Amino acid sequence: MNEYWNDIFGGAKSLAVGLNITAREFFKPVVTEQYPHFVPRMTKRFRGHIELIPNEKTGAPNCVVCGMCQRACPSGCISLAGEKPEGAKKKVLTRYVLDFTTCSLCGSCVESCKFNAIRFSRDYNLAGTNKDDFVFDLLKRLEDKS
Amino acid sequence: MDTSIWQPILYLIGIMAFAGLNAAYLGWCERKGAGHVQRRIGPKEVGPYGLLQPLADGIKLMTKQLLVPQGVDGILFRVAPILAMIPAITSMVAIPFSPNIQARSIDLSVLLIFALASIGMMAVLIGGWASNNKYAMISATRAVSQNIAYEIPMLIMVITVVMMTGSMNLEDIAAKQQGGFWNWNIFPVAGESVAQALIMPVAFLIFFICSIAETNRAPFDMAEAESELIAGHMTEYGSMGFGLFMMGEYLNIVVGACLTTILFLGGWDCPLGLLPGVWWFLLKIYILIFTFIWIRWTYPRTQIYKLLNLSWKVLIPFSLGILLLTAIFIKVEGFLI
Repeated sequence: MNEYWNDIFGGAKSLAVGLNITAREFFKPVVTEQYPHFVPRMTKRFRGHIELIPNEKTGAPNCVVCGMCQRACPSGCISLAGEKPEGAKKKVLTRYVLDFTTCSLCGSCVESCKFNAIRFSRDYNLAGTNKDDFVFDLLKRLEDKS
Repeated sequence: MDTSIWQPILYLIGIMAFAGLNAAYLGWCERKGAGHVQRRIGPKEVGPYGLLQPLADGIKLMTKQLLVPQGVDGILFRVAPILAMIPAITSMVAIPFSPNIQARSIDLSVLLIFALASIGMMAVLIGGWASNNKYAMISATRAVSQNIAYEIPMLIMVITVVMMTGSMNLEDIAAKQQGGFWNWNIFPVAGESVAQALIMPVAFLIFFICSIAETNRAPFDMAEAESELIAGHMTEYGSMGFGLFMMGEYLNIVVGACLTTILFLGGWDCPLGLLPGVWWFLLKIYILIFTFIWIRWTYPRTQIYKLLNLSWKVLIPFSLGILLLTAIFIKVEGFLI
C-alpha cells in the first residue's frame, strides 16, 4: 500500500519537475543555426581543401613552384606549373590545380611547404552535380578572391 | 429562440470556419511549440513566422493521390477518415462559447458530446481494421482498450460535476459558475461545502488526464506510437485521408479543451468577475491547448500496460471515491463546514 502512494505522489512530483524543465527551455533562445540564411564561419583549425596564400604586399601567391607539395601528395591530386619570366630571379606560378575528388585532406602538402604558400581553407559549402566541379583551379580562386 | 433560417446557416459557417482554422493552425502551434521546447525555431520558411505552413501542407495533402491499397475493405477504408472528423465538428453545435453564442442549447448536451466522442474512437477502430495491416490492427485494439479504460473515470468526473450542478446542459453548468474564480468547479470555495472544494482539484486533474488519453495525445498516444506501430491506424492512409485523421485529432483536442473549460473552469467567466464573454472562453481553451502541447513534448510515451494500470488502479478508484464523497456532501447538508 505504501508503494502505491509513493508511486502516485512520487510520480506526480517527477511529472511536475519535467514540466518545469520544458517550460524553462521554452523561453530560452534557440540554439540551432539558420544555415542557408546565416552561414557560420568555420573554426580556425578546420581542414577544408587547400588554398594558396597570397603575399601580404603584392597579393601574388607565395609559391615558388618548388613542387614539394606535388611530391608529398599520396594521392597525386596536386598538379602545378610555373615559368621564369625574363630577368626575374624566382619562378612564377602559372597553374595550380587541385583534384579534390581524390584528396583525403591528410595535410602532407601543407606540412611539406617551406614557403608558407598553401594552407587549409575554411570552405565547406561544397556541392556539385558533376565530378569536374571538384577540380579546383586554385590560382584562379586566389585571383577571384583578391 | 430565433427561428430565422439565417441563424443555423451562420452558425454552420461559423463552426466550420472555427473548426477548419483550428485544425490547420493547431498543427502550426504544435510544431512551433515542439520547436521551442527543443530550442529550435519550428516552421519559418513559408510566410512570416511560417504562418502559411498549414496552407502549404494542405495543398500538398490535397494534390497527392488518394491511394487505396489492395486487400482493404473499400467502403470502411473510405468512411473512417470522415468518421474521424464528423463527431468533432458535430460536438461544437452543443458547446456554449458565451451566453449568446451557442448553436443549439440542448438539455442533454453533456451526454451528446460524450456519445459523439465515443463515435470518434470508432473511426480509429474502423480505420485500423479496414487497413488490412497488422500495425493498424494492433493500433485499433490498443485504442479501444485505452478508450474504455479512460472513459470510465472521465465520465465519473462528469457525473460529479453534473451532480453538483443538477443539470446536464453545458450552458447551465457554465452559467452556475459565473462571478469569479471562487465559483468555478475546479476549486469552488464559494460553494456550499469546503470539503467539496478540496476534492475538486483532484477531480479536475483526473478529468484532464483522461481528456489527454481520450484524444490520443502523447504521452498516451498508444494508438499512433510511431516508433513501434509506424503511424498505427493511419499507416495506410495518404493524402487527405491522413489529413482528415489529423484534423479530427486536433478538433478532438479543441473539443476536449472546451469541455474542460465549461465543466471546471467557468466557461466564459472572467477569473475576477469582469467583462465575461467569449474572449475569456477562447483564452482558457488556448491555454489548455498549450498545456496539451507542452505535455506532449515533455513526456515520453508510456507503455500500454502501464497506461491501463494507471487507469484501473489509480484513476478509477480515485474518481469513484470523489463521486461517493460528493454524493455525501450533497446529501448531508452542512457536512464538514
